[in-house]
Amino acid sequence: MVKKVVVTFTAGSAGRSLTYELIKKYDIMLSIIKADIDAGRNGKLVLELDADEDHIRQAIEYMENCGVEVSPLENKIKYDNTRCISCGACTSSCLSGALSIQAPDWKVVFDPDKCIVCRHCVTACPLKLFSTDFAG
Amino acid sequence: MAKTYEEINEKIRKGKAVVLTAEEVSEMARTMSPKEILGKVDVVTTATFGAMCSSGAFLNFGHANPPIRMERIELNGVPVSGGLAAVDTFVGATDCNVQNPTYGGAHVIEDLIAGKDVMLEAWGKGTECYPRKHIRTLISLKDINEAIMCNPRNAYQNYNVAVNTSDRLLHTYMGALLPNLRNASYSSAGELSPLLNDPECRTIGLGTRIFLCGAKGYVVWNGTQFNCSKPLNEHGVPMGNARTLALMGEMREMSTEFMRGAYFEKYGVTMYVGVGVPIPVLDEDMAARVSIRNSQIDTFIEDYGDGCKLIGQVNYEQLRSGEIEFMGRKIHTAPLSSLAKARQIADILKGWIQRGEFELTAPVRPMPTGTSLNGLEKRL
Ligand code: SF4
Ligand code: SF4
Repeated sequence: MVKKVVVTFTAGSAGRSLTYELIKKYDIMLSIIKADIDAGRNGKLVLELDADEDHIRQAIEYMENCGVEVSPLENKIKYDNTRCISCGACTSSCLSGALSIQAPDWKVVFDPDKCIVCRHCVTACPLKLFSTDFAG
Repeated sequence: MAKTYEEINEKIRKGKAVVLTAEEVSEMARTMSPKEILGKVDVVTTATFGAMCSSGAFLNFGHANPPIRMERIELNGVPVSGGLAAVDTFVGATDCNVQNPTYGGAHVIEDLIAGKDVMLEAWGKGTECYPRKHIRTLISLKDINEAIMCNPRNAYQNYNVAVNTSDRLLHTYMGALLPNLRNASYSSAGELSPLLNDPECRTIGLGTRIFLCGAKGYVVWNGTQFNCSKPLNEHGVPMGNARTLALMGEMREMSTEFMRGAYFEKYGVTMYVGVGVPIPVLDEDMAARVSIRNSQIDTFIEDYGDGCKLIGQVNYEQLRSGEIEFMGRKIHTAPLSSLAKARQIADILKGWIQRGEFELTAPVRPMPTGTSLNGLEKRL
């Protein structure tokens, strides 16, 4: 399975060697989708973990034991669909396909599983319906 | 077997008029001739819900005691016109305060239509008859006098498709245009769009009653930049940005379901406006016009990354497929105006006419012919 998570760590936690450990200990295919680390070594990573379910669970437990906060990615892009007018402007710059609009009903659909938190939609939506707490 | 406006209105009053949306009639036209459509259909409803910057509203606040001649006016911090008498103003959709560029005139109009209180602050120099120099108070649509939406240019007949061949991301009023031709934005409602169903404005003119943001509004003039000299394709459709409409309506009858303030990144504020126009099927020519399909509506591809050059041509069926092939690439296409909302508007207007709540109006004056567009020459 493939799971995307946002990993938040502070200077004290093992942010630096984390990715190495994940690959070595839990046999995880790992891609870093986004990294945002400041000089004091506080930071956030968006990771895509590809392995079997057990290994992913163990890896997440391991990270939590190391003092880093792990949360599923879908919590990180918020979409206020109650105000959406289905203009489609957001779909134009969402290249992951997480946002789509098509026949027959031409209403915008958001599939969080496909979202890579590129934040294009945050600026593209003229009604400002997307938000994220992840500094881009 | 041509019909007159009066014959159609008589049917509407009796609840017997046959009304279809422009999409429904285009579907019908796959198997029926214009002559058969003329015999069957009386009115076709068209609609669009898109960003239209040339929009705004006239407001009259009423006089305070002692009165003030408002010369500088702000609504929720947005500077609006102080150039209309003592207590009138025009709120332009794109008016904004540079300190807070994402909230502008269109949002003020939306807040008023939503029934919210809006902060009014105004300054005057103080005169013998208007002694007050400053006022700060709350207003809402309940307590001011007139509130009239007035949009000098809405409902563009057709519009170019925007792409970007440069290697920079561009933020435009056509949305974010990704570098190297990775996306294309289009903005017309295609076969549902008002002026594409009556391309020469045979039935749409001054005084045409319409749906405007939920209200019964009117076409009050030809829109600004009304351009009759765009090339036609083989189906008589003008290519690119051609005719436009100036519209007016009572704000108190409007709903934020059908209008919204919007902000395009690094561009500015604009307003989404919902417009529905009924088109009477007067004769075979009109029956043929309203039968137009997306595959017959062409528009130009404009390169915003290279001086707005026209670099290609595409039709609305191709655009709606989600992908076009152009310059050897597959380009992801996305709309900028809401087809879902436009359909909702066409359906509501259809319901009004079917229930006899909305009669058609013949133009008081037709739209101009033979107009073209001047550029702005720099003479100094
Ligand atoms: S850009 Fe915003 S309003 Fe338009 S469809 Fe996307 S989420 Fe909805
Ligand atoms: S953050 Fe990027 S991938 Fe996710 S929905 Fe927005 S545009 Fe699409």
